[in-house]
Amino acid sequence: MSTDTGVSGTTSNDTQKIHDVIIVGSGPAGYTAAVYTARANLAPLMIASSVKAGGELMNTTDVENYPGFPEGVMGPDLMEQFEKQAIRFGTEILFEDVTKLELSDDIKRVTIGTGETYLARSIIVSTGSEYRELGLEDEKRLSGHGVSWCATCDGFFFKDQDIAVIGGGDSAMEEALFLTKFARSVTVVHRRDTLRASKIMQDRALGHEKIRFIWNSEVVGIDGDAKVTGLRLASTVDDSTQQLDVTGVFVAIGNDPRVDLVKDLLELTSEGTIAVQGRTSKTSLPGVFAAGDVIDPTYRQAITASGSGCVAAIDVEHYLADLGDSVDTAAEVPTPPAEQVSEEPSLIGNTQGESL
Amino acid sequence: MTAREVTDASFETDVLKSTKPVLVDFWAEWCGPCRKLSPILDEIAGEHAEKVDVVKLNVDDNPATAAKYGITSIPAVYVFKDGVVAAQSIGAKPKTVLEQEFAEFIK
Repeated sequence: MSTDTGVSGTTSNDTQKIHDVIIVGSGPAGYTAAVYTARANLAPLMIASSVKAGGELMNTTDVENYPGFPEGVMGPDLMEQFEKQAIRFGTEILFEDVTKLELSDDIKRVTIGTGETYLARSIIVSTGSEYRELGLEDEKRLSGHGVSWCATCDGFFFKDQDIAVIGGGDSAMEEALFLTKFARSVTVVHRRDTLRASKIMQDRALGHEKIRFIWNSEVVGIDGDAKVTGLRLASTVDDSTQQLDVTGVFVAIGNDPRVDLVKDLLELTSEGTIAVQGRTSKTSLPGVFAAGDVIDPTYRQAITASGSGCVAAIDVEHYLADLGDSVDTAAEVPTPPAEQVSEEPSLIGNTQGESL
Repeated sequence: MTAREVTDASFETDVLKSTKPVLVDFWAEWCGPCRKLSPILDEIAGEHAEKVDVVKLNVDDNPATAAKYGITSIPAVYVFKDGVVAAQSIGAKPKTVLEQEFAEFIK
């Protein structure tokens, strides 16, 4: 009727399904939480994001430090495997963007970009992190015109050109090494005189004939009208400055936790991550759990995010079990995934070790 | 509705001389975010067909056009109106965001 208000009229509260758990985010933490909660017959709903689905590994190439892949694995391929595994046990995935979370009541409400809402008894926030920007005034203007955060996306456009990578960590080294496939030269600009990157990545970058380093320097300006023509660098140890003529600059100076959705709802740490209790995933609100890079200012690896997602899934299981009756009396307990799972003969061996 | 492919050869006819505004998706097979953006542009193509054309240009196969417009980052969506670039959006963005950015061409 024309008197209806609100955009989510098709999902009125009277009839709306209440999920046991909704997972926000679809990186290693989110997918691991999905696999575990799905195998616990909680039929998780994952809201994966529309264009950032799969998380940070979607923009990487070789992942060589994720156990179980002795030859390495491409980041996007690894995420596809995660997705398949989560779906196999009954995870429902929506490729939509969460725009609002309401977390304080027993039943949590998740609103997505279309205006539709979803309800759940528990939420796992695994929204990851986003690239840190240099914070220079010309950075936004020249973004996509020589300033980039994604070597695998944009390296192609810098064939036989001189380009710079900013940063000294693993991702900066990975970007620099990848870019050598295209560029004539890659100059790594780093604030310190030593790299933060792992030894193996350092050795590869330091020994590469196309890569050179400018130490103890930071970018103070990006030049260029329609596209990047150079960088202005300032020393971090004395007053000297220098000009670096490059047509591209790849920024890899770290990440910040993606907490926009929850920063006014959940307690954060002084580092900006979601605060959790001890080694758990429990946030400042009951029924709300967090996992992965969004709680981790230190390690931020695919494998630590996965482990963290597992922790959140088990915390959710315990939380829902403690809620007890309210779960069992719900009218719409999902059943199909449980049947699929129990028919898988290969599971017999897997389940034994963790059944108690 | 799937966004139509255009090429270096057809760009002038299909895009520059179009009577309607044209959204051009510059993309490549190896670009992960491009694959995420592609179905969103297909949806926009279907929902706003009377207002705009939505086409895609593979930058691997059509380097001349990508170079001419200074593409250095993909996905990049450029809106061409009356033969010139009227708006641009860099990176894979959700549908609602693209619809806001391109509101004047699709509403």
